[in-house]
This record gives sequence, structure tokens and C-alpha cells, in this order.
Amino acid sequence: MSELLLLQVANPQVVASSTGVFLIATLVKMLVVFTLYMVGVALLTLAERKISAWIQDRHGPNRVGPHGLLQPAADGLKNIMKEETYPDAAYKPLFILAPAMAFLPALTAWAVIPFASPLPTRWGLIPMVVADLPIGFLFILALTSLGVYGIVLAGWSSNNKYSLLGGLRSSAQMVSYEIAMGLSTIPVLLLAGNVTLSVIIDQQAHGLYNILNLTIAFFIFMVAAFAETNRLPFDLPEAESELIAGYHTEYSAMKFSFFFIAEYANMVTASALMATLFFGGWDIPISGWENAAPYTVLKTVATAAMFAAKVMFFIFVFMWIRWTLPRFRYDQLMSLGWKFMLPLALGYIVVIASVMLGLDASGIEYGPLYGLALFGVNLALVMILFVMVDHGRIISPAYGRLDPRELEKLRAMRQRSTLARRPDARAPVGPPKAARVTGGTP
Amino acid sequence: MTDPAYPLFYTFHFYLFGVIALASALAFVTRKSPVAAALWLVNVMFALAALYVMLDAHFIAAIQVLVYAGAIMVVFLFVIMLLNLGHPSEIADARGKWGKMAAGVLGLILLAEIAVVSGTRVRPEWVVPRGEMNRLLAEKGAIGVVADPLFTRYLLAFELTSILLLIAIVGAVALGRRSDHTTDPAEESAHAG
Repeated sequence: MSELLLLQVANPQVVASSTGVFLIATLVKMLVVFTLYMVGVALLTLAERKISAWIQDRHGPNRVGPHGLLQPAADGLKNIMKEETYPDAAYKPLFILAPAMAFLPALTAWAVIPFASPLPTRWGLIPMVVADLPIGFLFILALTSLGVYGIVLAGWSSNNKYSLLGGLRSSAQMVSYEIAMGLSTIPVLLLAGNVTLSVIIDQQAHGLYNILNLTIAFFIFMVAAFAETNRLPFDLPEAESELIAGYHTEYSAMKFSFFFIAEYANMVTASALMATLFFGGWDIPISGWENAAPYTVLKTVATAAMFAAKVMFFIFVFMWIRWTLPRFRYDQLMSLGWKFMLPLALGYIVVIASVMLGLDASGIEYGPLYGLALFGVNLALVMILFVMVDHGRIISPAYGRLDPRELEKLRAMRQRSTLARRPDARAPVGPPKAARVTGGTP
Repeated sequence: MTDPAYPLFYTFHFYLFGVIALASALAFVTRKSPVAAALWLVNVMFALAALYVMLDAHFIAAIQVLVYAGAIMVVFLFVIMLLNLGHPSEIADARGKWGKMAAGVLGLILLAEIAVVSGTRVRPEWVVPRGEMNRLLAEKGAIGVVADPLFTRYLLAFELTSILLLIAIVGAVALGRRSDHTTDPAEESAHAG
């Protein structure tokens, strides 16, 4: 037995079983992931400004270093040198704790996300994930549900009415969209039959990617991810035109910038989740060589690069949307979450479960054919949802123009409803109900 | 003190999380600020989740954090912040000398109960053999271990519980609606009749 164990340890194609190797490998992985993550988050602030400049036809930061590459370092230095201010009425322990609590869940979630194919070393095969937990995906859901604490507590402990309103908005928003987010991933788990992220990637590598298998789940997940990260068009907690800066109004210096680090960290984690759950994680599309048994260092590097590319694409989408769409109104946000996304996610679970039941009953094994059948169903559903049911009401392009006939119809409807509301012609034609200021807290 | 069946690593973490849970629970009942108390309760949830993981109940641990820390306590905080609760003495459950004494006696009774339970011998057939959970986890996955008995052997209890929850939701909605329309007492009695 011990002889066999020694052989296994020496074989680079078998997962390392020694505790010492495990501990050292885990420590190294933690350091590497943390460092890359933090440097990446710093560079993302630059990326955001560059992309916004590109979208708005400007130059963006280009003074510090070549092409403005050292701008994050300059910003960091500035924030560290600045004075830290504490409001008199703030509840200090939570005021200090809140920025860290906003950031930690996003960082910790990375522990379970696989980022490359296993690395062969002379001590055995090292899986390229910090901790492959048996509850994998549930761990991420549990942690991301804690992200709201940082924002809520920042809002409350500042003892400022704008901050408090931001915190309240954020807690309502995140609790609402968390449900849609959790439900949208149930089809993914149904298909994989397991909650471990490595199994979910494996399942996609051996069939079609989940974006084709479960297209609508992806859309729900993406919208919910935008809401969970408080990015535009869901940035109501910090809506600067209404709440000054929302929950971080009272923060200064490094604590202020920590909220931005937290926002970008959340964005990276959400992007990594979208890539893993719906775009096959580190799997390279079409080619099957990176999943085959003899693992090499080249395969690890290639798959890591593939994963990084997928994550960066989604980060770009986050920024692209931020600089394209305006902010939702609060009631729009709530009705989208509760009246549209939640029923849609629930109905979709039922549809996917029945299709899977039918496919299993007809004896089709899991593979490309199974995926194609699901894709067909999804195509039909997407057409029904986005073209027939929606009809440009919920999802309309930013450049969309109204058909003149449609406009006429809407005007007629508006007139009719206005008349219906005020049958009395002598009623004052003053400002209608909507114009009344609804501010003023008791 | 150390059970020879468990390695030191395990024992150390059991006591670590046990102490954290107890200390946080104490802080939870003694803090004056409702928000601080709520956060200490979240800390208790975390320590309990860690203890569940040590019992190989990964799924329960994740759900503990997801449901209690991530959803219920957030709603609690939301309500506390929204109402901006006033002086702590007004919101305490145990008010005055007699209330506090009753609370203390109740605590002592619960403590005695724990002492009695931990003193009794557990029947051998109730004890899951060591390594059994790991085998089940490898075989069925973290969710299958819970879902399998829940949807076969205990299906009736499970469905009854869900009906109970549904009743609670309907009740909450009904209560919420009534307080919304209590403008005219006469009209309300007419509704009740």
C-alpha cells in the first residue's frame, strides 16, 4: 500500500494525495490568485476610464506613465496620502468595518472558481482551483448574499440621510435580485447534476456550452449580476443625481476608494461566474485537447489564458453597458425584479426540467445531440420572449425609434387615460399627481 | 479532554468555532445598539456554519449562511434601519426586574437541559460511523445526501412543512393588507362579519 502511495505521489498525472503538497500548493495558489486579483482590480479602474473615453470619443487618462498606465498607482498614492475624515455622528466601529465587508465576499468567492486545467508537477497533479468544495456553487451564492452588508452598514453607520437612503435601496435591490439570480442558476445545476463548479465545466466541455443549453437563464443571471454589483443601470444606491453619492457620501481617502475596489472586485467575480456557469470556464471551445488525460504545463497556460479572455470579455460588457444605458427608476427596478424576472426564472426551471425529462425518457445520452435539442427549445423560447411577448416593451434598443403609428396610438391612450382620470372638466389643470414632490421624510 | 478518535486539528477548530459562537451570542444579547446586536447574531450564524462543515453537513452550512446571514438578517437590518429604533429599553423583550429574572431562569433551564442531553448515552444505531459521510458525499454529492431522504422517506413531512410556510405567507399578507385599510372601523367590522 505504501509503495503504491509513493508511486502515486511521483506520478504527475495523478492528483497529489500528500497533505504537505496540498498545503503548500494551496498557499501558493492563494497568493497567486490574490495578487493577480488585486493588480487586476487596480488596472480595471484604468480600463473603465479608458473604455468610457473610447465610448464618448475622448482620450481618457494619458498623462501618468505611457498611455496613462500608471494612473492607478497615482490614484492609489493620492488616496493613501489624503486625510481620513470621520463624521461626528458616525458609529465608528461599523464605519471602519463597512468598506472591508463590502470587499471580502467578492474576494473569498474566488476560492472555488476553477481557473485552468490541472497542472502536472513532480509531486502530482495540482487542480487549478484554490478549494474544490463539495458545495462549490452554493458557497458562492452564500458569500455573494453577504456583499450587501458592507453597503448597508456604510449607509447606516455614516448617520447621514443620503447614505441611509442609499443603504436601504441597496438592501432592497440586492435581496430582490438575489432570488432571481439563485433561481436562474437552478437549470445549470439541473443539467450538471452537481453543484461543484469543476463538474459544471466538465459537463459543458462534453456537450454544448450552457449559453446555448440555457440561454434565458444566462440573460436572467446577467441582469441579476448587474443589480448585485450595483452597476449602471442598477446603481440606485449611489445615484449621484439624487443621493449625492449614496452610501459612501461620508467616506474619504482610502476607505472611499475601497468601495470602488469592492465594486470592481464584485464585477470580476460576477464575470468569472458568468464565464464558468454559461461559457465553459477554462474550456477552450471546439478543440478537445485541453481536457484529455495527459495534462501538460502548456495546456494549463492555454486554458488559464482562455479563462482570462472570457472574464475580460464580460468585464468589458459591464463597462460597455455602464456607459450606454441610463439608470432605472426605483419602481422600474422593483417591478423588473419581482414581476418579470422572478416568474420568468420559475417558469424556465419548469420548462427545462420537462425538456430534460422528455430527453431522458427518449433515451438520448448527454452529449452534443442533447445540447442541440435544448438549444432548439431555447431558440424558440428566446423568439417568444424577446420578439412576441416583449415586443420592445422591456428590452428596447437604445437607438430604437418609435413607429409613428405606434406613437399615435400611445398618445391616444395617454389622452384617454388622462380624460378617464379627470372626468370633471372644471378640475384645475395644475400639475398632475406625478409632479408632486414626494421627498420629505417624517 | 482530547478524544483520541479525533485529530488535534479537528478538536482545535471545534473549540475555536465553539468559543466564537458563544462569545458572539453573549455579545448579541448584551449589546445596546440593535444593529450591533444583529451583526453579532450574523457572527453566531457563521460560527455555527463552520461547525456544520465539521460535521460534514456542507449543504446545511451553505444554506445556513445563505438563508439566515444573507437573507433574514439583511431584512432584519433593513427593518431596524427603516424604523430607526429608539432607546434600547423600549425595544427589549425582557423589561424590568421580573422580566430579566424570568429570562435568566429560562436560560438556566435550557442550560440544564443541555447538560442532561450531553450526559446521556447515545444509542449506537443512532451514530453515523466515521467515514460514512465522506463515502456518501463522494457517491451522491453534497445535495444528494440531503435531497434523497427528503424527497423519498420524509416526503410527507417535507410537503406539510411547505404548506405550513405557505399558510404563514398568506397570513402575513392578510395581516399586512388589513393594517393598510384600517381607515374606517365600521367598514372593517363589516368585512370581518
